[in-house]
Amino acid sequence: MTDKPYSNFKATLAIAKASFRSIIRSPSSVVFTLLFPLIFILVFGFISGGGVISVDVGVAKTNDTLNPVYQALKKVSVIRLIHNQTPEQMEANLKKGSIDAILNIQKNTTPPYFTVNIQHSKASGDKEAILKSALNNIFFQLNSHIPDAPPPVAIIKEAEVETREYKTIDFILPGQLGFSLLSTGVFGTAFVFLSLRITLVIKRFFATPVKRYSIVIGEAIARISFALIGALFIILIGHYAFGFTLVHGVVTVLNMLLLSLIGVVVFMGFGFVVSGIAKNESTVPPIANMITLPQFLLSGTFFSINVFPAWLQPISRALPLTYLNDSLRKVAFEGASLVDVSHQILIMCIWGVVVYAVAVKTFKWE
Amino acid sequence: MAKQSIITVKNLIKNYGDFKAVKGISFEVYEGEIFGLLGPNGAGKTTTLEIIETLRDKTSGEIIVDGFNIDTDAASIKKRIGVQLQAAGYYPNLNLTELIELFSGLYGIERSPAEMLEKVALNDKAKAKYKELSGGQKQRFSIATTLINNPRIVFLDEPTTGLDPQARRNLWDLIREIRDQGTTVVITTHYMDEAEVLCDRVAFIDGGNIIGVDTPDAFIDKLVASGFERPKEVKLASLEDVFINMTGKEWREE
Repeated sequence: MTDKPYSNFKATLAIAKASFRSIIRSPSSVVFTLLFPLIFILVFGFISGGGVISVDVGVAKTNDTLNPVYQALKKVSVIRLIHNQTPEQMEANLKKGSIDAILNIQKNTTPPYFTVNIQHSKASGDKEAILKSALNNIFFQLNSHIPDAPPPVAIIKEAEVETREYKTIDFILPGQLGFSLLSTGVFGTAFVFLSLRITLVIKRFFATPVKRYSIVIGEAIARISFALIGALFIILIGHYAFGFTLVHGVVTVLNMLLLSLIGVVVFMGFGFVVSGIAKNESTVPPIANMITLPQFLLSGTFFSINVFPAWLQPISRALPLTYLNDSLRKVAFEGASLVDVSHQILIMCIWGVVVYAVAVKTFKWE
Repeated sequence: MAKQSIITVKNLIKNYGDFKAVKGISFEVYEGEIFGLLGPNGAGKTTTLEIIETLRDKTSGEIIVDGFNIDTDAASIKKRIGVQLQAAGYYPNLNLTELIELFSGLYGIERSPAEMLEKVALNDKAKAKYKELSGGQKQRFSIATTLINNPRIVFLDEPTTGLDPQARRNLWDLIREIRDQGTTVVITTHYMDEAEVLCDRVAFIDGGNIIGVDTPDAFIDKLVASGFERPKEVKLASLEDVFINMTGKEWREE
């Protein structure tokens, strides 16, 4: 017994350390946070080229198919050119989002020799950017054949575009990262607080001078550290093994980690709610799945939410994981800054406020 | 033994809704003794203990622990007591050394895990997980966690339930050692032979009331003086004595 002033900081760190040790030794947390996402990344990483992502482009009847731009576009594997639809069908499909753009290349007698007309809709989303990127690439190659046309500035710009080939991994990795953060946040938090409550570990803690907030913060520090180390691991494996695009290198990684932090904090809020509602350990998975599965399926983890029918999209656009995935993709592939994705961050924060308000009401200590 | 009170309970009442679990009990625990709370299941032993341990709110009454009032100084009391709960678990996936480190942190002090495990003869289990221990080892470890903060008082709730005779005797020795080093021990048990040999004083609780506080000898003498006799003639040894005699005293590692 000492009369030294009691240190809440030391107690919090002791819990964080214990919790972190416990997490890395728990098979389920390692499987959900690292193994599953890595398996998916591996599987999709080896499916090269087309399969998962394609940009569907309807080709207008009036399109000039003999020109070099069109010939080059045919060789781009992500772009699927569609000929067998009537102009009316194309128009309708474009509105629904089942095709991403309508292409109409016209030959001119004076420079510029080719005019590429692209019609797109809001539903095409980032796919239109892929198409444009592909076209820019082609223009660069074509323009360089004309002796006096391209000023040096254009070359630098094009070179940049050329490096940004939209790969499958660029879509899959952020989705898997989001999924990893969702599972570790919801399942991990729910299980740990429920089991500490049921096995009276928390009650034993309460017989020591530790404060309640030390327990919550200590647990949170451990889980967040684990989630971010997992995120870093996934990003690095993606980058070095599968060429995941990190536009601004380290800055992009840091931005992604910051977004991951926001994401996992919001998802942990769901975990607190589940641990309060669940009566015992066997009721955790059903309740937690009710939260994670819809997001897993509808938040653009595997497919862009644009492929979903129109009635489903508003639901997708209400889920927090959608915004995490979206912001991660924008930051990683488009090189967006955190300010550029402030809309996504804001929506995640609103979710955070709502979820923690519910958690405060439902959370149980004993 | 100087009879200086270290715990004073006055008119303690605890109601759960309409149910009166503790109905106005008063008693004192003296410094340096082993004090037993005895009584059938549901008598209010654990409730009383958990209120003194600051784990449960009381309905009314006054409790002073080592000079601190439980209403105003629960935090100071927590620093001065060690608590072993009935059936409490420990943080999952950690070994004994790490658990001691965790509890040291919770008390905000530095203690060497090896030294703590030494006290309860568990050095060779330093890298084992709590769930891998035998019943007796688990109880010994629980007691080690109550000693981390060098408490003035330790509370042990049914520490010997479910243990074999050897492990039970082994634990008695440990509890006596703790008392001999100057720590007051408050213990609950269902085994009267245990209370008789271990406790300096005992209190009987039944139906939320205290129905007597005295030394075990005084209680037995009073009963005998009232003309009580066991229906069967008492033998000089019990079957448990036979058990210990035949299987040896040394404690078994399951």
